[in-house]
Amino acid sequence: MSTSETIARRPSQLFRNLSAKIASLPMILTALVVFLGSTAWTIVYSFTNSKLLPRLKFVGLDQYERLWAQSRWLTSIENLLVYGVLSLVFSFIIGFILAALLDQKIRFEGVFRTIFLYPFALSFVVTGLTWQWILNPDFGVQRIVRAIGWTSFTFNPLYDQRIVIYGILIAGLWQGTGLIMCLMLAGLRGIDEDIWKAARVDGIPTWKTYVFIVIPMMRPVFITTLVIVASGIVRLYDLVVAQTSGGPGGASEVPAKYVYDYMFLAQNLGQGFAASTMMLLSVAIIVVPWAYLEFGGKKRG
Amino acid sequence: MRFECTAALAAGIALGLSGGAQAADLEVTHWWTSGGEAAAVAEFAKAFDATGNKWIDGAIAGGGSTARPVMVSRITGGSPMAATQFNTGRQAEELVEAGLMRDFTDLAEKEDWKSFIRPVSLLEGCTVDGKVYCVPVNIHSWQWLWLSNKAFEDAGVPVPTNWDEFVAAGPALEKAGKIPLAIGGQSWQTTGAFNVLIPAIAGKDVFLKVYQDHDAEAAAGPEIAKVFKAADDARRMSAKSNVQDWNQATNLVITGQAGGQIMGDWAQGEFQVAGQVAGKDYTCLPGLGVNELISTGGDSFYFPKLDDADKTAAQEVLASTMLNPATQVAFNLKKGSVPVRGDVDVSAANDCMKKGLEILAKGNIIPDTNQLNTEDTNNQLNDLFVEFFKTPSLTPEEAQKRFAAIIASAD
Repeated sequence: MSTSETIARRPSQLFRNLSAKIASLPMILTALVVFLGSTAWTIVYSFTNSKLLPRLKFVGLDQYERLWAQSRWLTSIENLLVYGVLSLVFSFIIGFILAALLDQKIRFEGVFRTIFLYPFALSFVVTGLTWQWILNPDFGVQRIVRAIGWTSFTFNPLYDQRIVIYGILIAGLWQGTGLIMCLMLAGLRGIDEDIWKAARVDGIPTWKTYVFIVIPMMRPVFITTLVIVASGIVRLYDLVVAQTSGGPGGASEVPAKYVYDYMFLAQNLGQGFAASTMMLLSVAIIVVPWAYLEFGGKKRG
Repeated sequence: MRFECTAALAAGIALGLSGGAQAADLEVTHWWTSGGEAAAVAEFAKAFDATGNKWIDGAIAGGGSTARPVMVSRITGGSPMAATQFNTGRQAEELVEAGLMRDFTDLAEKEDWKSFIRPVSLLEGCTVDGKVYCVPVNIHSWQWLWLSNKAFEDAGVPVPTNWDEFVAAGPALEKAGKIPLAIGGQSWQTTGAFNVLIPAIAGKDVFLKVYQDHDAEAAAGPEIAKVFKAADDARRMSAKSNVQDWNQATNLVITGQAGGQIMGDWAQGEFQVAGQVAGKDYTCLPGLGVNELISTGGDSFYFPKLDDADKTAAQEVLASTMLNPATQVAFNLKKGSVPVRGDVDVSAANDCMKKGLEILAKGNIIPDTNQLNTEDTNNQLNDLFVEFFKTPSLTPEEAQKRFAAIIASAD
């Protein structure tokens, strides 16, 4: 209170747009209490040996030592990396190509856009179950191809430890690429018509215009898309549960599933908190430098 | 002193009310949703409704692993149900320690539960610091090998009478296009199979040393190495079983596509539904035919503390209803499990169940792993064994090292 009184003598900053500031108070409080408060609480309790119920009995780094000794956790991290990198690369490439094709003033654009975006309207659970059936060797693709006559055809990614994560990747891309396409399309529509005309006058081929002129101009769209895709990758959980429940033999485990399983199934909150803190840390390592570059730079300008 | 007085007073009021006609609606949560299980629960509901109270069924689909988090969060979150199922053992240990569960010691003494609940380990599983906190309702055992007589006939080999013969018959089954051993992909099934192999291969003492005393040296020792060798055989024989759920795996045995399955006695419900006859269509080998031992796990009901006096009184009625001899028989025959009372008539049981009852009467029993291990330890074992059974490159030696480490850290 005392601080607000002292600042009150200089009305310039604090009371500008007062009603807007009052209106945003609930959100600020929510952010502070719910997000930051809970995060801090989780981190503190990750250093305890809390089992089913939280209790403040500190055990130092024990939970973290145990976590990094688990082969399941290491597999989870590896899977997230493979899924993350591939999903990022492919959803950007496919999304951009689809958007560029739709941008050629084709007929029935609205129809195609709806078709491509439609999977995004389905939840991950429905997507996962659908693809579980499609990739099931006894009901899906493998059976159809074999019925046509290619009897030695084998395609059962969900039952093969080495490639199971790619089976999940296929479903993830099918679900998410439509949204990327729409964001990219919006970005493409934001490019001034005159730039295309100027490029054409200069005789620059279309692909070169895209790569050297349009894409650099779309930087803000790319960054928004990156944040959306990246956050979707880290929280990958329901797709795996619906498609494989982590199998076969734990080969498609992901960190979020580890957190859930240890907090609720194994009744070991401390271990789950340690794992979720590691997830937070990995996100922070990626996001903080980026946010610093992105927003720290703008202040100067 | 003052506390004791209030407790006695409260108990007095509760007993007084239970004698009266104060009826109440009690919500009971459980994860019994398959056909036979639902029919069994209906017996409880019928018996409880007959007392003038009302059973509100709170079935949670998806099995124990889905249901338990929901139950725990409701109890800790302050909106508890009137009664809830847990597996007999340590799953609700911390809830009891936190004082969230009701103490039934008075009722247990009044009705003398100790005199008829057998084996004693069941009531011991419900007892914390000398006080009784739950009502065991059935006995399930894990140590069964279910064999398809048709599969062995097709393969041209006699139906095995023990584990070693079964392993020896593996190649013949495979030649006939059968999966020798069906194991579903869910992790608890692989752990269960391994836990059955321990007493069968290494004996009861080693089992207790590893799981009761959590002796890491025994877990790393030569006896357990033998068990891992057997698990390696089991892994080879189950390599081609591409199913997830335990009842799908049982179905492979029923249809003769698989030679056998290691699964608890609840599997015989599936054989029964399929109209199969023990001894003719299928064979059951308790203790894998090697060491005739059965574990005495099962289900228990816990009663969270409630504020409502009527409901609190009705909780006691529900507890005694569940242990009532008639209810016990009706429930357990439908569930395919053994009653917790030793003084009831179970002549309607089938051959396999009778074998189980005989072993139980002889006292060849071991505690269930749910009674010995925390959920944390069980979950770590699940992670290890599901990986072991699906990853041929993970050697038995390496897996045993990890097994010993889990046992060493268990509490």
